[in-house]
Amino acid sequence: MDTLAPHKPIAPLDDATVRFCGDSGDGMQLAGTQFTNTSALAGNDVATFPDFPAEIRAPRGTKAGVSGFQVHFSSNDIYTPGDTVDALVAMNPAALVTNLEDLRDGGVLIINKDSFDKKGLEQAGYKSNPLEDGSLSHYSMHPVEMTKLNRLAVEGFGLTQKEADLCRNFFAMGLVFWLYDRSLEPTLRFIAQKFGKRPEVAEANTASLRAGYHYGETVEAINTQYHVAAAKLPPGKYRNIMGNTALAYGLLAAAKLSGKRLFLGAYPITPASDILHELANHKNFDVLTFQAEDEIAAITSAIGASFAGEMAVTASSGPGIALKAEGMGLAVMTELPLLIISVQRGGPSTGLPTKTEQADLMQALYGRNGECPLPVIAASGPADCFHAAQEAWRIAARFMTPVILLTDGYIANGSEPWRIPQLSELRPTEITHPAPTDNGDAFLPYLRNERLARPWAVPGTPGLMHRIGGLEKQDVTGNVSYDPLNHQHMVDTRARKVALVADDIPMQTVDGPASGDLLVVSWGGTYGACATAVHKVQHHGGSVAHCHLRYLNPLPKNLGEILGNYKQILVPELNLGQLRMLLRATYLVDAIGHNKVQGKPFSVGELVEKIEHLLST
Amino acid sequence: MSIETPLPVLKPTDFASDQDVRWCPGCGDYSILAQMKKVLPTLGVPREKTVFISGIGCSSRFPYYMNTYGVHSIHGRAPAVATGLKCVRPDLQVWVITGDGDGLSIGGNHLMHAIRRNLDINIVLFNNRIYGLTKGQYSPTSPLGQKTKSTPMGAIDNPLHPLSIAIGCEATFVARSIDTNINHLGETLKRAAEHPGASFVEVYQNCNVFNDGAWDYAKDRDTKLDTTLELQHGKPLLFGKLREKGIRLNGMNPEVVELGKGITEDDLLFHDERSPEPSLAYLLSRMRYEDGFPEPIGVFRCVDAPRYDALINGQIEEATQKRGQGDLEALFNSGDTWTVE
Ligand SMILES: Cc1ncc(C[n+]2csc(CCOP(=O)(O)OP(=O)(O)O)c2C)c(N)n1
Ligand code: SF4
Repeated sequence: MDTLAPHKPIAPLDDATVRFCGDSGDGMQLAGTQFTNTSALAGNDVATFPDFPAEIRAPRGTKAGVSGFQVHFSSNDIYTPGDTVDALVAMNPAALVTNLEDLRDGGVLIINKDSFDKKGLEQAGYKSNPLEDGSLSHYSMHPVEMTKLNRLAVEGFGLTQKEADLCRNFFAMGLVFWLYDRSLEPTLRFIAQKFGKRPEVAEANTASLRAGYHYGETVEAINTQYHVAAAKLPPGKYRNIMGNTALAYGLLAAAKLSGKRLFLGAYPITPASDILHELANHKNFDVLTFQAEDEIAAITSAIGASFAGEMAVTASSGPGIALKAEGMGLAVMTELPLLIISVQRGGPSTGLPTKTEQADLMQALYGRNGECPLPVIAASGPADCFHAAQEAWRIAARFMTPVILLTDGYIANGSEPWRIPQLSELRPTEITHPAPTDNGDAFLPYLRNERLARPWAVPGTPGLMHRIGGLEKQDVTGNVSYDPLNHQHMVDTRARKVALVADDIPMQTVDGPASGDLLVVSWGGTYGACATAVHKVQHHGGSVAHCHLRYLNPLPKNLGEILGNYKQILVPELNLGQLRMLLRATYLVDAIGHNKVQGKPFSVGELVEKIEHLLST
Repeated sequence: MSIETPLPVLKPTDFASDQDVRWCPGCGDYSILAQMKKVLPTLGVPREKTVFISGIGCSSRFPYYMNTYGVHSIHGRAPAVATGLKCVRPDLQVWVITGDGDGLSIGGNHLMHAIRRNLDINIVLFNNRIYGLTKGQYSPTSPLGQKTKSTPMGAIDNPLHPLSIAIGCEATFVARSIDTNINHLGETLKRAAEHPGASFVEVYQNCNVFNDGAWDYAKDRDTKLDTTLELQHGKPLLFGKLREKGIRLNGMNPEVVELGKGITEDDLLFHDERSPEPSLAYLLSRMRYEDGFPEPIGVFRCVDAPRYDALINGQIEEATQKRGQGDLEALFNSGDTWTVE
């Protein structure tokens, strides 16, 4: 044992939240990801919130260029990345000024002192140096000469000064790893794998990481180390997963289990692009990824693949979904199965491309011309994207209809532990295509089954030649028809078909008492914040239950009944009240909204406050 | 392209669907439909392996009239629909039917990309220099000054020339024909079908309701030999009633010359549809009647190049060979994992 390092006490904690923030070139996302993986491997439940600037490279040191990554890790089940931060790592003044308000009083503040020079302070708008003016006194502040110490640590590896400074995030990581009693092993493995071809870089990063760790161990200033014990998650094998990755895996599983090739037609857009990237990496799963010339080509190419009898998917975000609307109408009219993934972000128009919002529910439900219903479902968290993707495909294939799957930027980029399923646990979707005929009778492309789904006849099959398209079709024959009564009949039929999906989905459940004073109704990515807030209030004895909707069209059959069992209904949404409007219109209930559009998820605290306020009135 | 020989020999009528054809009487579309029905049985591709994809417009009603598989899609997007279809099913013979408005206005982007990807599809653009279905607005190929419902004082946008665009996108097969020149049209469609890769065929089509006579100069018995020039691979560019005129290159510029008086066929430009260099094909695509040139019909360009549908499936094979058939459980369990007892 190092005699110079006095053994410092380790304080047990139930959970902790750490945020790394710095310039977008500082490698904060990597630091956060490594810390998350390490914590997950240590058995914690984790939830993350990466927060990127919209500019790829804003001028260094400016507030516009600040990039952050928040990790919440716990020995309990958690559903959110945490409201307030227990430890903040700020690599420069701009990062400090934009993130400090989330650090709790008394929280640990680790600062790269070397960047608090005149220029840095000016860029952040500081009139005086906060490290010296006493304004940070109510935090446990640790200014560290990170740039200098890191340069010393990597001396001798032959790096340029610029390259040396790029390792600084590993120094910061090392220090935080020490602070939370984390093993360096997973990150050392990562370094070996990632920089294996450049040994000098691998060695330098290793040296930085160790230097940061040892700094924590030896320096007098930081007195307490913390330890968050493993969580009691349900038994199984786990890995940490991001929403977009889980979604891509869900698509792969759905294709495989239904014996289909997977075709993704996509046009890059934040925050949906990673789905394309992930699938493009798995061509050996018989996956075709087509980077189309635009969003309309993306969806129409997918329609072509669907007509051809394969599993067709398109993925985008708000503005791209807007462009796809006409294609969705065609898919509704031609009654072809198709998955449309909408990873919501702040809108309207280009809006807040890197920030999250839930404001595209109405777009998903109604953003098309004509009476054009299609099933809409929403994933509730990163790991749930895996299941949601399969469920969306199951509905699409069984009902011969396009389906919209909603996620959002927060789910897409956030991560959490995922219990790795066995293939045998997954529900395969059985698909049948009509067999060839040689009887010479015309094939009837709109002859329907008990679910009102039409047959999926695949080109190349003898005897089933047929034509479909966007013009209204006569039922059964599929011939073009302008007959007024036929149009009414077809509009009604398509609507009835989508309504029938309600018979094929589970009844809605609530978490909490089956009746009471207040029901919180949520959908999509706000699941975690709502569930946690409701649990908290329940814990304090509040008569409140939580109803989280996965199915937004059609709504579960028993939802109206559930809503009737509570005195008040609260609908928190990251929009101005879209689900609330739907519930009010459908069930004539006096639902109350809690709405926020700041590009940020809900904090648990604000929801608890709102619920308690309603319960007290 | 997959050529299979079905046992029963098919007739043109086998390719006709039971739907009434609803184009205006006298529309040039009929003739194109008739030639298509004639050509398809000669290709040896079974009906069920033939798919017609169209956008929106009079011409795009085409798939309804064919007893094959078909999609009448949305305005301008047929090339994109065809792309998805052909990528997952390279064994199908896919035709894209489009109009000058459909293909060059709203669908210009998709047309360009389908061509540059060299997907193995056959694109037939019916050019009537007008919007037919929406009843007579000018189109991207309408000449400057054309008066239409939407351009009462005359069109002020420069027209696009479909073949120049296709060649600009490095099309591997480019041809032009005329609705009334039925033998030539049939031959051209056949060659397009047989070309492995994207084939692009412009057909001069008469809309006798909204733009009657737009191509009369190229169709009229009396003038057509002077105003058109039939391209033949390896042959000099000759035209005229007595084939007494030809096209010669003067530096980089084409010029019309009369044979005789010291000018022989050997001085003329010889057509090489297989030239890897597309500049001469482009030059041919720029020869216009109003500039005093005969307009070439026939195959401008026919070269081999890798096909997108083959490449995309080739990458899947390559990935599978390198990494083995995808194993979901192995993928799920990749990276750092831990077990909770
Ligand atoms: C999105 C959209 N915009 C506009 C229209 C209306 N529209 C239908 S056909 C057409 C033009 C067709 O012109 P062209 O391609 O030249 O075909 P033609 O009818 O002459 O064969 C237009 C503008 C439409 N159907 N969809
Ligand atoms: S409007 Fe013109 S193009 Fe359309 S069917 Fe009639 S004649 Fe043909």
